[in-house]
Amino acid sequence: MYTQAMDTLGKEGGDAAPRPVRSAAEAALQQRFDARIDDGGFIEAKDWMPDNYRKTLVRQISQHAHSEIVGMLPEGNWITRAPTLKRKAILLAKVQDEGGHGLYLYAAAETLGTSRDEMIDALHSGKAKYSSIFNYPTLTWADVGTIGWLVDGAAIMNQVPLCRCSYAPYARAMIRICREESFHQRQGFDALLVMMRDGSDAQRAMVQDAVNRWWWPSLMMFGPPDAESTHSTQSMRWGIKRISNDDLRQKFVDAAAEQAKVLGVTLPDPELKWNEARGHHDFGAIDWAEFWNVVDGNGPCNRERLADRVKAWDDGAWVREAALAHADKQRQPMKEAA
Amino acid sequence: MSETTTRTEWPLWEVFVRSKAGLDHKHCGSLHATDAQMAIQLARDVYTRRQEGTSVWVVRSDQIIASDPGDKDMYFDPMEDKVYRHPTFYALPREVDHM
Repeated sequence: MYTQAMDTLGKEGGDAAPRPVRSAAEAALQQRFDARIDDGGFIEAKDWMPDNYRKTLVRQISQHAHSEIVGMLPEGNWITRAPTLKRKAILLAKVQDEGGHGLYLYAAAETLGTSRDEMIDALHSGKAKYSSIFNYPTLTWADVGTIGWLVDGAAIMNQVPLCRCSYAPYARAMIRICREESFHQRQGFDALLVMMRDGSDAQRAMVQDAVNRWWWPSLMMFGPPDAESTHSTQSMRWGIKRISNDDLRQKFVDAAAEQAKVLGVTLPDPELKWNEARGHHDFGAIDWAEFWNVVDGNGPCNRERLADRVKAWDDGAWVREAALAHADKQRQPMKEAA
Repeated sequence: MSETTTRTEWPLWEVFVRSKAGLDHKHCGSLHATDAQMAIQLARDVYTRRQEGTSVWVVRSDQIIASDPGDKDMYFDPMEDKVYRHPTFYALPREVDHM
């Protein structure tokens, strides 16, 4: 997702315009903060930070966390239908990782003063967004491999620069996540490669179909073009974001174009070709109307994903309450005995 | 956070993992759990999925006392000019410089 959060603020945002500085003391703090950012230094949880820096991070980290959690749903659908025990074990481990990544990120956001309940409430009420890529359906087994190759591949490209984010707890979480995530992309490519090399014609057609459907949404994961990305400049200034949407997208296209050749699939873009002069691949125009339509809640699976998420949370309420009641009860006898 | 404000949200715990015998436990993150036993169990699931640890500590976040980042200069800068606390401060003749 990941830089997408900065461009699709949801309704919890507030304005990101810098507020006028209030006092000499605050001006001094601001100056120290700016100097530390300029030096490439890190900001820790208890350090002074501008309100908008805090707000922007809470929004970005929580939406990143939501994306990991909602991202478990499209692939989770395939755990019971994985073609072999090996693929099933791999997929279970991957989906468990996504859950873990969501937890690292929620914990990082909590260091900024928000609570887990507030964040979950924002997701469930629709105030907070998650990556729009997860609002597309996983129709066949090839979709699972393609998500690993393209969706996780795009996510990794987005996430690696976040390991150097100026907010240290986020950067530390991202280091853990990136270390674990590369298996996600490799297992996806591996699953597709097996079908392309050893599979039947029908299986190869299935892979091509999945790639056709996931290619453009994957490119949209990097967010709107730089020229239209209103919050990018401030986030770059704050060292939250290090590389622009368009630069990351280009890097991804260049890598994926080569990988597609190895795989033996065609990327669904007639304008995709190597440009010797630029040293990059040219590619066709992205349908941003589709992107905004999905962000606005009208993608193929928006309602289903959120409903599944809310249901899982509601169905688990009794477990959370029982665990608290049990912990209370364990403490109780000691009080009575005293 | 007080006991009453955590009625619905499980308390927060900090997790420390020893990656192998002989090394220190190192802070690696936090999680919510209702009690110590659950915190240890979840710490294993969340932070050691790839054998990152041989031992885990958990401690309630509200039990940690930390120095105030606002006092950082006052606290730590006095040590800045005490270079004589480092072995490199003492230039010794080459014959005995390995001491």
